[in-house]
Amino acid sequence: RGAGETPDLESYRGVGIFIEQHGGQAAPVAWELAGIGRKLADKLGVELIGFVAGHQVEAVAQEAVERGCDRVLVMDHPALGVYRNEAYARVLTPVIREVKPEIFLLGATTTGRDLAGTIATTLQTGLTADCTQLDVDPETRLLDAIRPAFLEKQLAVILCKKHRPQMATVRPKMMEPAPRQPGRQGEIVRVPVDLDESTLRTRVLGVIDEPDPQAQLERADVVVAGGRGLQDPKNLKLLFDFAQVVGGVVGASRAIVDAGWIGREHQVGQTGLTVRPKVYFAFGISGAIQHTVGMENSELIVAVNKDPDAPIFKVADLGVVGDLFAVVPALQAELARRLDA
Amino acid sequence: MVVCLKQVPDSSEMRINPKTGTLVRQGVTSIINPYDVHALEAALQIKDQWGGQVTVVSMGPPFFEQSLKEAVAVGADRTVLVSDRAMAGADTFATSRVLAEAIRRIEQEFGPVDLIFCGRQTIDGDTGQVGPGIAARLDIPVLTYVIRIREVNPEGRYIVVERKVEGGRQVVRSALPALLTVEKELNELRYASLPGMLRAARHKPIVWNRETLGLERTEVGLLGSPTIVARSFTPPERKRETVLIDGSDPERAARELADRLLAHPTFRK
Ligand SMILES: Cc1cc2nc3c(=O)[nH]c(=O)nc-3n(C[C@H](O)[C@@H](O)[C@@H](O)COP(=O)(O)OP(=O)(O)OC[C@H]3O[C@@H](n4cnc5c(N)ncnc54)[C@H](O)[C@@H]3O)c2cc1C
Ligand SMILES: Cc1cc2nc3c(=O)[nH]c(=O)nc-3n(C[C@H](O)[C@H](O)[C@H](O)COP(=O)(O)OP(=O)(O)OC[C@H]3O[C@@H](n4cnc5c(N)ncnc54)[C@H](O)[C@@H]3O)c2cc1C
Repeated sequence: RGAGETPDLESYRGVGIFIEQHGGQAAPVAWELAGIGRKLADKLGVELIGFVAGHQVEAVAQEAVERGCDRVLVMDHPALGVYRNEAYARVLTPVIREVKPEIFLLGATTTGRDLAGTIATTLQTGLTADCTQLDVDPETRLLDAIRPAFLEKQLAVILCKKHRPQMATVRPKMMEPAPRQPGRQGEIVRVPVDLDESTLRTRVLGVIDEPDPQAQLERADVVVAGGRGLQDPKNLKLLFDFAQVVGGVVGASRAIVDAGWIGREHQVGQTGLTVRPKVYFAFGISGAIQHTVGMENSELIVAVNKDPDAPIFKVADLGVVGDLFAVVPALQAELARRLDA
Repeated sequence: MVVCLKQVPDSSEMRINPKTGTLVRQGVTSIINPYDVHALEAALQIKDQWGGQVTVVSMGPPFFEQSLKEAVAVGADRTVLVSDRAMAGADTFATSRVLAEAIRRIEQEFGPVDLIFCGRQTIDGDTGQVGPGIAARLDIPVLTYVIRIREVNPEGRYIVVERKVEGGRQVVRSALPALLTVEKELNELRYASLPGMLRAARHKPIVWNRETLGLERTEVGLLGSPTIVARSFTPPERKRETVLIDGSDPERAARELADRLLAHPTFRK
């Protein structure tokens, strides 16, 4: 028994990725996995294998080839139409066992995390959660699964030495998505699915579409955040108008959330959300450490504050020292003009 | 019902020693993992409505007793602390093995378990893998990210929940027994009652170890873990070259800022 080491590690070859899709639409993270998966597979000199489960997912399978998969295994069945742990795990686990990839990656989305925990346990292998970097050593063929630890202050390198596949979930928006190469060739294999609805113990009774404001903020490419420098809740309009022009989602410091100006779902920081947009605008935010831990990994940080010594300028790339009531509308007008042109 | 509860360091007090790059554990207070509080409350509410007993189980060092007492203060009927030096260094695979084994043992000793509650994830390990792991080992359905319990039907042997998914919610019916991992939105933890506090003060958890659960040394802790933390490091701080623009002339500042923004690689690609 023991940790149930995988016998014959050498017989495992290839990099497998779970192509998450909902209603025939691939989740963005799927192509991010294709991007990093392709790199790992090339480094190891093995094939990249896509695993698609769902119902009527031919287009997704085709796109997986165009995004870099050498082989795509398609498991198509009406019972897989809406994601369900039981049905997906039951179908995917034996296929992974048979295909024997040495690495198997999923997105660290709610769906990917849900599924990964079940599959890894059944396959009796290790699973690293929520990785932000991945690399592989072509000599040892070990996956360096790197994930943030301790409030994102540190990075931990996790290895899975004696079990296969080496599984990991990968945090969305951390990897460059694989470009689509129309005409790229690959093999699409339909795997027969034997699923009897009457043997499943769970049933999805309904799906409620409901944009989750927190998820929107977390996934936004542009965040427009405001703080107490706005001085009055009626000035929030400034933020929303600006966000409209730059296609952003509104964020907030805790000060104005606690003051009841805006809902908690907007709060960025230690006790709020962690965001990593391409551009983060901070208007009238002082930049307390509890705020900056939630946004300091943004690609580009732009701050407007009237206090030249405000700590926000220490994490900002671009800063304007001035009155936000004058600067923000002027910037908005300038950007509106130039983005339209 | 069984609630899996982990004690974790209070994140607002977590610090990294800048010299050694390791976590400073000294002087950091422990709390019940914030999500597990809601797992406990969910079980207590079902108990209020349908009866039954709530057993809280935790794998960890002896001082986890503190959190188990808190659980008794709000209404848990009994607590089990699975504690063994050999269990140190467990990853989620080894942790779910021990907890699943403990739950089997709870069934043998105290009767059938219909519902198991876990938190969505912990704030220290932060993987969210233990719940699905336990369910897989017990071969029961797992319902993750539960934000609402719509119906519990002990006679019909099913439960209906709403779970959070990308872009919305799913309404799922599951046969019992089932394992739920819960979100904070599910409920608010009740306050401890005076009799509860008195009970908690005298409470001693049932303590089991590796041998009680009939597990091999190689099945628990570091030895029973397929993953290892090979090393950890503090990522180099990203140095930002801050460009400060004088905003006394707003129009000019806006133009300069727009120039720099639109020239930035983020915008150009
Ligand atoms: C830096 C670092 C990184 C790590 N990365 C990984 C990794 O990628 N993969 C991996 O497998 N392990 C990893 N581990 C080990 C892992 O975090 C554990 O310590 C494991 O025991 C619990 O996992 P978790 O805290 O993530 O629990 P989660 O899966 O997040 O917990 C979910 C729920 O399970 C229940 N639960 C969890 N632990 C217990 C417990 N001890 N007693 C009772 N109930 C419990 C609670 O209800 C909890 O809310 C890592 C550890 C460190 C220090
Ligand atoms: C345990 C704990 C957790 C916390 N968690 C969070 C968290 O998750 N998120 C968070 O944000 N905070 C958090 N905080 C609070 C944090 O410490 C700060 O108090 C908070 O971020 C300050 O918000 P602020 O920047 O909007 O307000 P202030 O600090 O009051 O800053 C307002 C800024 O606006 C500027 N300003 C004023 N008028 C103008 C003007 N006309 N034009 C331009 N600039 C102007 C001022 O110069 C000042 O810099 C937490 C605190 C604690 C103790």
